[in-house]
Amino acid sequence: MAKIDLDNMESVQFDVLREIGNIGAGNATTALSKLLDARIDMRVPKVNLAGFSEITGIIGDEEEVMVGILLSLEGDVNGMMMFLLDTASAGRLVATLLKQEENIDKDIYDFSEMELSALNEIGNIITGAYLSALSDLTKLTIVSSVPTLQVDMAGAILSIPAIEFSKIGDKVLLIETQFDEESHINGYFLLVPELESYDVILNSLGL
Amino acid sequence: MGEIIKVGMADLKVCREPDSLTTLGLGSCVGVALYDPITKISGLAHVMLPSSKEIRNNANIAKFADTGIDETLRLMVEMGAQTKRMVAKIAGGAQMFSFGSKSSDNLNIGLKNVEAVKAKLTELHIPIVAEDTGLNYGRTVILDSNTGEYSIKAVGKPIKVL
Repeated sequence: MAKIDLDNMESVQFDVLREIGNIGAGNATTALSKLLDARIDMRVPKVNLAGFSEITGIIGDEEEVMVGILLSLEGDVNGMMMFLLDTASAGRLVATLLKQEENIDKDIYDFSEMELSALNEIGNIITGAYLSALSDLTKLTIVSSVPTLQVDMAGAILSIPAIEFSKIGDKVLLIETQFDEESHINGYFLLVPELESYDVILNSLGL
Repeated sequence: MGEIIKVGMADLKVCREPDSLTTLGLGSCVGVALYDPITKISGLAHVMLPSSKEIRNNANIAKFADTGIDETLRLMVEMGAQTKRMVAKIAGGAQMFSFGSKSSDNLNIGLKNVEAVKAKLTELHIPIVAEDTGLNYGRTVILDSNTGEYSIKAVGKPIKVL
């Protein structure tokens, strides 16, 4: 059984992980489309192997305020899944879902409990769709925790997966998928399995 | 007004007046600011993990509370600072996400980082004169070597100067 080595990744491993992102995020995007009754497409997923200094650069500025929804994963796959949205997109999603007028001047601190709860539920539904597709594909059991939401600087939110990887090295491996521009939603799915769980996922697919 | 030098994740930098050191969007990591008020030599370490002794791959010394503080101190002394004059200010170590009663190791890492930083500074006899740690939000920090002021910015909160 081939073990994943962050300093020496094989291109076939990248390909397979990208395909996982494709299938997972594809299912999640469909779920979001249905929920909002709007057409949403996604971009081709990326498998990022980044140093700590680059990790926030994947998303944007360290200080950019974002909405992060985090679930921890247990079962055959340990790690975490994160859904990140910029605040404008979060406002747009909530307005669509709750059938409100969209208020473009809306400031991040104005999200009501109700709106935050709706966002958390959106996160729950679409990460659930992502993980069930992953589970179907790999035949692995993936149990996710209740999602928790945080509105804060991207750097602070992303320090959580970064710290997980810092225990084993100086790079973070994550599968990232973004919605396309026409969807007008700037959001990302990040699947961050622990290193051993990458081996489990790759092995389940015959690598 | 000097240059503002950026310190990344698991990174450390030192400078002298009139420059400043900053690290953006600290979450559970801790920003350890060391300052010698006489020479105005400053150091800032962005600590990710409590101890280099618990981790096999510990080549990046800036990543850990113990080795990161040692190295910052060494670089500052090399520039002419004196350990006995130094003071420390610390910020960060938040618990960004909480899963109710289920306390995962990974999510309490902020608290562990803060404890490890305090233990290391105590061992080195460097007094901690101010701190803004814990809670559940991210922080951007700036250490001004002209004054030793450590400014903390957080989303939706007024700037705090330690």
